[in-house]
Amino acid sequence: MKKKIKIGKIFGLIFAVLFVAILVFPFYWQLISSFKDPEDLMMMPTEIWPSRFSLDFFKNVFSVHHFDTFLKNSIIVSGFSMLFSILVALPAAYAFTRIRFSGYKFWKNFMLLANMFPIIAVVTPLFVVFKKLHLVNTYAGLIIPTIVITLPLSIWTLVAFLGQIPYDLEQAAQIDGCTRLQAVCKVILPLMTPGLFSTAIIAFITAWNELMFSLVFVTKNEWRTVPVGITLFVGEFTVPWGDMAAASICATVPIVIVVLICQKQIVAGLTAGAVKG
Amino acid sequence: MKTKRLNPGARENIIGYSLIAPAVILILLIGIVPIFNTFSYSLQNYVLSKPKDRGFVGLENYVYLLTQDKYFLISLWNTLRFAFFSVILQLVVGFIGAMLMHKATKGVTLVRAAVLIPWAIPGVIVAQMWSFMFNDQLGVLNQILMNLGIIQENITWLADSFWAFVAVVLTDTWKQFPFVALMLLAGLQTIPHELYESAEVDGAGKIRQFVSITLPNIKPILLVVLLFRTMGALRIFDIVYSMTGGGPANSTTTLLLQAYNYFFKDLNYGKGSAMSTIIFIIIMIMSVIYIKVFRSDED
Repeated sequence: MKKKIKIGKIFGLIFAVLFVAILVFPFYWQLISSFKDPEDLMMMPTEIWPSRFSLDFFKNVFSVHHFDTFLKNSIIVSGFSMLFSILVALPAAYAFTRIRFSGYKFWKNFMLLANMFPIIAVVTPLFVVFKKLHLVNTYAGLIIPTIVITLPLSIWTLVAFLGQIPYDLEQAAQIDGCTRLQAVCKVILPLMTPGLFSTAIIAFITAWNELMFSLVFVTKNEWRTVPVGITLFVGEFTVPWGDMAAASICATVPIVIVVLICQKQIVAGLTAGAVKG
Repeated sequence: MKTKRLNPGARENIIGYSLIAPAVILILLIGIVPIFNTFSYSLQNYVLSKPKDRGFVGLENYVYLLTQDKYFLISLWNTLRFAFFSVILQLVVGFIGAMLMHKATKGVTLVRAAVLIPWAIPGVIVAQMWSFMFNDQLGVLNQILMNLGIIQENITWLADSFWAFVAVVLTDTWKQFPFVALMLLAGLQTIPHELYESAEVDGAGKIRQFVSITLPNIKPILLVVLLFRTMGALRIFDIVYSMTGGGPANSTTTLLLQAYNYFFKDLNYGKGSAMSTIIFIIIMIMSVIYIKVFRSDED
């Protein structure tokens, strides 16, 4: 009996290690490729652990490819899309969880449908309108469409978090003489902080990963965001693998670090909407 | 004066609607109004480079797409087989991952952290990471497979119709299965432990417990994940766009990529719009099914 458990445990461990290895290996590979010496990267058989390190690829990323412009654009676009979505989503999420207005179910489902929206279906008319309004090649022209994606997502995540906070707390505050708004600000918002935080991160990352808008609503390279910026590295005859690896490390490491620190809240935010407790 | 006479229901309505108004108006303006434009373009002969020929043609674009256009039919077929294989693979790997995280006593935090990495990386970067690993000359995958003795000569992954499809499925699976694993883990955690304990007392083995307790309890969330991932797979764009560009020989062109090509390569807004309307209808039907079936019991 004891032996059986032991074998099961060992198998479980092997599975777990294999699982983590598959998850982490591509990222590890990208990381060490970006620090390899350009000569070693082109060497076959390739080194699983580099014999020497170099920052050449990182230098290229900023001096040859001007990656800092793409990074800056991505930070601005994702940051504002996230901020704006949260500001608009918070009152809406409050209404959906606390107020039984007529037709609330319809509008709640409307938001859910919006969350699954295939954006290809709106890209062209928006492009036509944006061209008339001179929004092509502007930050606003990237932020506005991104909100279509991040806003419904934020509403849904916030609804899930707000649903976990008991309504009694708010009512008790109101009985104690607070107005509804005071009750929300003094009782709900402090309790909401972790949920708000993880919603913000999820919205930011979703905006950061968006490709289509930066492809369509921008025609000049100085307005591109990171996802399109990286595809621009590819030359006519060569693919600068090392430069691309270094660029993607610059674009992902900060996010991966934030994600690792806040993993608990993010997992809660990602799954809260789908699992009814 | 008047506001004081409002009954509580009307008051709730006013507060409720004013709180959701900004969100609703934004989504109507940037999401819903353009859909009607797309639909109206889809009924026109609308090619940007031939403005003189623009005009109403009824359902001609749709008829052409569904009966004659080989690119549409190829991309539909590619998307369907891509969705089929990648979703099944993601569910299987995701389920294993969820079981591992659920069973593990130590290191859960580590695994959960690892699981979030693929989710957080942009699709384009994921595609680029894997393209480098799949590279026939410099790629580490060929080297590993060679060292293990599985292959004798390098596979030209992205230059071969079959292997390019496999590569896209594997890449998308790596990016998406963590989400499946996290959702299923959340589902597993809602199953009361007592159920397993009493099954143990009754002498049920592990497999029996899995079939009679785990599966039925996790079925609702499994179906939700299945639906979500199918919708996601039908919308695949960024990985194929940057990994294969739809090639070789259109073997990885998907619906969204083909619609994108109609719009921005051929500048044929009529056909592109007809195609995106079809995609929109498919996704919306699936979303309505999700709402009706899985959220109907909500308060």
